[in-house]
Amino acid sequence: MNAMTNQLSLNDMIPGEAAFVSDLLTTGSMRRRLLDLGLIRDTRVECLGQSPGGDPKAYLIRGAVIAIRSEDSRDILIRRRRED
Amino acid sequence: MGLTHRSTGSRALGRHAPRRTDPGQKVIALAGNPNVGKSTVFNALTGMKQHTGNWPGKTVTSAEGVCTYGGRQYRLVDLPGTYSLMAHSAEEEVARNFLCFSAPDAVCVVCDATCLERNLNLVLQTLEITPRTVVCVNLMDEAHRLHIRIDLAALQRQLGVPVAGCSARRKGSAAKIAALWEQVMEPDTALTSTVVRYPDTVEAALRPLCAALRRLDCQGLSPRWLALRLLEQDGSLLEELDRYLGAGFRQDAGLFLAMQQAEKTLAEAGISPEVLKDLIVTALMQTAEAIAAAVVTDEGKHYSAADRRLDRILTSRRTGYPIMLALLAFIFWLTLSGANLPSQLLADGLFGLQDRLSTLLLHAGAPLWLHDALVLGIYRVAAWVVSVMLPPMAIFFPLFTLLEDIGYLPRVAYNLDKPLKRCGACGKQALTICMGFGCNAAGVVGCRIIDSPRERLLAILTNNFVPCNGRFPTLVNLILIFFVGTAGGAGRSVLSALMLTGIILLGILATFGMTKLLSRTLLRGVPSSFTLELPPFRRPQVGQVLLRSVCDRTLFVLGRAVTAAAPAGLLLWLMANLTVDGCSLLSLCAAFLDPFARLMGLDGVILIAFILGLPANEIVIPIILMAYLSQGTLQDPTSLTAMRELFLANGWSSVTALCTMLFSLMHWPCATTLITIKKETGSRKWTALAAVLPTLCGMAACMLVNAVGSLFL
Repeated sequence: MNAMTNQLSLNDMIPGEAAFVSDLLTTGSMRRRLLDLGLIRDTRVECLGQSPGGDPKAYLIRGAVIAIRSEDSRDILIRRRRED
Repeated sequence: MGLTHRSTGSRALGRHAPRRTDPGQKVIALAGNPNVGKSTVFNALTGMKQHTGNWPGKTVTSAEGVCTYGGRQYRLVDLPGTYSLMAHSAEEEVARNFLCFSAPDAVCVVCDATCLERNLNLVLQTLEITPRTVVCVNLMDEAHRLHIRIDLAALQRQLGVPVAGCSARRKGSAAKIAALWEQVMEPDTALTSTVVRYPDTVEAALRPLCAALRRLDCQGLSPRWLALRLLEQDGSLLEELDRYLGAGFRQDAGLFLAMQQAEKTLAEAGISPEVLKDLIVTALMQTAEAIAAAVVTDEGKHYSAADRRLDRILTSRRTGYPIMLALLAFIFWLTLSGANLPSQLLADGLFGLQDRLSTLLLHAGAPLWLHDALVLGIYRVAAWVVSVMLPPMAIFFPLFTLLEDIGYLPRVAYNLDKPLKRCGACGKQALTICMGFGCNAAGVVGCRIIDSPRERLLAILTNNFVPCNGRFPTLVNLILIFFVGTAGGAGRSVLSALMLTGIILLGILATFGMTKLLSRTLLRGVPSSFTLELPPFRRPQVGQVLLRSVCDRTLFVLGRAVTAAAPAGLLLWLMANLTVDGCSLLSLCAAFLDPFARLMGLDGVILIAFILGLPANEIVIPIILMAYLSQGTLQDPTSLTAMRELFLANGWSSVTALCTMLFSLMHWPCATTLITIKKETGSRKWTALAAVLPTLCGMAACMLVNAVGSLFL
């Protein structure tokens, strides 16, 4: 859950779940990096697993597996269904 | 851990993009996302042996090579892998600056067929810079395995530039790419590459700006690309532009008016430069999505079931860490148990040769001092280094390269990210630690993959705590001699592997502790954001791995060891044979250092060996041996039993051995590493700290062990 918006975030996903990006609250160069990886609105993301310490988690994003730390994934808001 | 002359020598240190040298030679730039096999394509085209590995960020500097096709020569520049050309990191800046300001004659963008969509983002950005672009869709074999089909002809139609598919790991597959860039370099070819359409407001803002720019001399830069960048107002790029186009360029009155008009259009629509950047990236990504949807058919299995299973085992809470440890120990066990016999055989052969060399020299009438200096000084040390170092390295390196090739290293970084974050560092530091096992200098250069300057400095300063393979022989030999006995047996090799693993873990623990200490004191800060790509597992190319690891790494390290050992052997022979008042220089120096060394559980000779070992850690044990031998009786130094006796005769105990191992693990970095640190940090202060930190740790550890040891023994 993102503390500021009370919305579901990437960090709330458990391995095996899939969802769609609804908004990116990240700022600065990390925002650019995430956009470059293809995390724009309505992108499908699947949570694949977590590292032994529980963080970071691995996500399938546009065919590539990317690990993101919880403090960053908290700012990536998701919804369960794609917006029509 | 590219361990070649390029990666550790001075050429690795150039921060800037390479410049064109020969104006007649056509320059082709190789761009692409990280870990798409760019280096494999580069090697296939140039016949060079640039180190490749299955992890993103391996190529941290640009490499250059020559490729001959159809009787013409091309200069190929392998740029660092980047997701984008918007330059948020050092590598992206290198890639973007080269594409924009070095004016390559053509660009070849290498794509990963298994995730084409994301790769197309970079293709589209490149096309905005220059239409003289060809697209190479690599890893077609892997895509095939995952049931992903790509309609290359359709992709070519969509992009409007030549496209070829290849599997660069297969022989001959990359050659057809060279045919493509011939097409785009023809000056009169009409190039109609695809143009990304931005939202209407952005296009409306671009129009007057493009028109104004077309009236100016943009020195080969695309007006549309230039207009976009001017509107984005990225500080670092504007500086580069002023340097390239001249500071007066942006002061042009027509351009100034057009800029005002464009900014007004955007401001009225509520689009700030920040929002504009978002809109641009989103449009690029959506275009990529649309193209991919038209040319790629897959069954949604980008990440295969086998990879899923493997990742679950390698990174799970229960098995992740144990498997890492077990793999480390297993590799050491194979190295130790496999190296024994070949070491013995090599030693027998080389020392047999020494006798013949002796006879030959004396027969030829060489004076005795020359014979002694050459044979007892230079040759003996060199032979020792070869026979002790070659076999373990010839086993260790291929095994390590194999792990790298499969794609295990990013998983290590993934597993270790949380502990590293606790220490205030970046998960990618785990990769630089792994590189440090090969060579600390390479590890230090590799720290460039870490974006945050603070975290990069942390990784650089602590890299020396993992033993490079120049220090492995010291550790291995002392373990064999003093702690597991010199008798044979399987239990012995297991025990010694476990001991070595323990020592390595101690080094890794020290790395973590020191990182934490630094990030709490000198380099305070919070861990920055980062993303880490976990590439698909790839079947290793066993033949290639063997060839590459033996040629690139083993022989390179060995060569370095021998070239450092030979002069050191000579110096030592001189020190042992030049006398002042009847005392050799060596014993004088040793006696001088002895009281201090004793505090640390060492003796003067050992400390001298570490000091003389500054050029290369590999020669520490040979120097100790030579020093003892030059003062005492001449025994056969090839067998471990003889070495043990020699050490014992010189007053060693197991505490001495332990302290020597600890000091080997933690003391100043070798000269190459120090020079590299100086180049990478640009600061004498940090370089000094990188030397002082491990030395202080080592001294403290040795004194502690010595104090505790003397209580019990």
